[in-house]
Amino acid sequence: MKHLLATDGLDAETATAVLDTADELKHTLLGREVKKLPTLRGRTVITLFYENSTRTRVSFEIAGKWMSADVVNVSASSSSVNKGESLRDTALTLAAAGADCVIVRHPASGAAHRLSGWLAEAGTSVVNAGDGTHEHPTQALLDAATLRERLGSLKDRRIAIVGDVVHSRVARSNIHLLHTLGAEVVLVAPPTLLPVGVEKLPVTVSHDLDAELPAVDAVMMLRVQAERMYGGFFPSAREYSISYGLSERRQALLPDHAVVLHPGPMLRGMEIAHAVADSPASAVTEQVRNGVHVRMAVLYHLLASEGAAA
Amino acid sequence: MTLVIKGARPYGEGEPVDVLVEDGVITSIGSVKVPEGAEVLDAAGQVLLPGFVDLHTHLREPGREDTETIDSGSAAAALGGYTAVFAMANTDPVADNALVTDHVWRRGQEVGLVDVHPVGAVTVGLNGAKLAELGTMAKGTAGVRVFSDDGVCVADPLLMRRALEYSTALDAVIAQHAEEPRLTVGAQAHEGEQASRLGYPGWPASAEESIVARDCLLALHANARLHVCHVSTAGTVDVLRWAKDRGTKVSAEVTPHHLLLTDDRLDTYDPVNKVNPPLRTGRDAEKLRAALAEGVVDCVATDHAPHAPQDKDTEWNAARPGMLGLQTALSVVVETMVKTGLLDWRGVARVLSERPAEIGNLPDHGRRIAVGEPANLALVDPDAEWTVRGAELASIAANTPYEGMRLPGVVTATVLRGRITAREGKIR
Ligand SMILES: [Zn+2]
Repeated sequence: MKHLLATDGLDAETATAVLDTADELKHTLLGREVKKLPTLRGRTVITLFYENSTRTRVSFEIAGKWMSADVVNVSASSSSVNKGESLRDTALTLAAAGADCVIVRHPASGAAHRLSGWLAEAGTSVVNAGDGTHEHPTQALLDAATLRERLGSLKDRRIAIVGDVVHSRVARSNIHLLHTLGAEVVLVAPPTLLPVGVEKLPVTVSHDLDAELPAVDAVMMLRVQAERMYGGFFPSAREYSISYGLSERRQALLPDHAVVLHPGPMLRGMEIAHAVADSPASAVTEQVRNGVHVRMAVLYHLLASEGAAA
Repeated sequence: MTLVIKGARPYGEGEPVDVLVEDGVITSIGSVKVPEGAEVLDAAGQVLLPGFVDLHTHLREPGREDTETIDSGSAAAALGGYTAVFAMANTDPVADNALVTDHVWRRGQEVGLVDVHPVGAVTVGLNGAKLAELGTMAKGTAGVRVFSDDGVCVADPLLMRRALEYSTALDAVIAQHAEEPRLTVGAQAHEGEQASRLGYPGWPASAEESIVARDCLLALHANARLHVCHVSTAGTVDVLRWAKDRGTKVSAEVTPHHLLLTDDRLDTYDPVNKVNPPLRTGRDAEKLRAALAEGVVDCVATDHAPHAPQDKDTEWNAARPGMLGLQTALSVVVETMVKTGLLDWRGVARVLSERPAEIGNLPDHGRRIAVGEPANLALVDPDAEWTVRGAELASIAANTPYEGMRLPGVVTATVLRGRITAREGKIR
């Protein structure tokens, strides 16, 4: 693996290898007081964030540090994108400074792909930490790690992804990865929040959350951004909550073993009831914890195991 | 000045003939004895066509002379077989007054490679708020007959109605960039499966179709002439057919790239493929080809849009839309329309020369190849192929989506009023 740009096209073997490595790392570090492996000593990892996301950046930063990489955080305001300060120039600067890996978060779909092209000559690896409304592959991998832990294999498991699918890079990455790993995906959302051409994706579509819940093994709630609420995508937060929120009543429809996921930050009360978010079914804190191990595994496969993992 | 074109086949039909041109006018067709001192173009095996007319060119001067000038753009046009181009108004300053339009016209005349006809803006500053002084531009030296806010849509229906009504007194046409702006907020690519997969906010076909439908109704109501720029969707073709059947004075153009390229190309995220309206689906391209063959879409216009590397070699969202077109248009038309049997060379003359000249109101261009007619001509080698290299094109910018592609049909010479402007790929 040279880059991690998307889960679209990521094969099952590579994805499973990353998840297995994450498992191993988790067990290796379990109960250790000093969480430090020497694996990436001397390697330089740069996080380049054009959008604020403390949770994702910190997760990558910790992952790098636990593997003894030198981690440098660069944040650039997304407004500079439109002010002629070019991503390309920034990329070339980072390459010249000796970055082994650039972890990029950017408001433009495809930015990570472009970056990997500009960095090709320098041999720098690129990890997509979220590009526009395209993909967020490490989020999907950490979701898969969490589901594997709770459910065992993902094969033939049925996962509902609920909410703002059209604007969600998390949803896109999950749709592809879950499908690749053998799960069935059902998207539950109002028609305004589903992408055009959704029928071409390996999913089924529903507008009725109550009807889907009894037959799923996991529910993945998506974040609804505030601007969607006033952009006419749905009439009101109240109606959204009534139709697509995961209430306690709805949680009761789920099978006992079912897992509830949310990429955070959660809109408690609207997307998900307070009690549901904190219930034993909820794996929200495990998602965060697994995020670090999965990102360690990704960095390992990109930087430490040259030739070992495909 | 005397010129003899030896052994070409006008419209690719019949036996090869010689064409004698004296003082810019065709004076004899048949077997011509070369007069002393005459220039001779050996055109054996080549197709002789009326010089092409582009209704939709961005020459970038004034304002972005780092990407194209009237000089470099005229050269690209001549090399592409063009004898006249319409320079869009979205320059800096905007061509919304006679000072700018007359300047552009005059610069075109000074360069002398093609007739450069400035398009006047419909509204002041392309702001869509207040009509520009259309009459003053029409009555100026440039004699503007095409008005367009291209780049943006005249979205206000009342203002569009007034523009159409007002233009009837000027014998002018309003060329609309049909894009309902409320439906394309943030749009980055054709709304469909591909955009959904790649995470691009979508530019729905209905944003074009709804404006075309509205404008056709307004044009019919005002008995005015409407021209639809760069038609890109199958649905627009249906609207145009319906409007024309009702007697609307509407014409339409399609770009070469919408005939050949589709949104399949977006996988690379390379903004060389970013254009407005966006590349659509294969089904759209197929229907546009058929509509052009049938005449529902009247002509081909390049939407030649040069951009500097810093405006193109970026992440997709930051890139400006547009691609070069003047030097590749003929080849793309040959590839999509001639090789497919949809058009013969007479058809090519119609869509690249005669109809655009009629729509743009140019009496000396797009004329028949006949004695007594002005000698604005293009010679094409139908069997030759060439490989497109952006850096070798005459434009200052190099943003061509056809980089490295092999295309059929080579423009071997262009003649403007009896004078050779381009020959064998070089400017004369
Ligand atoms: Zn336009």
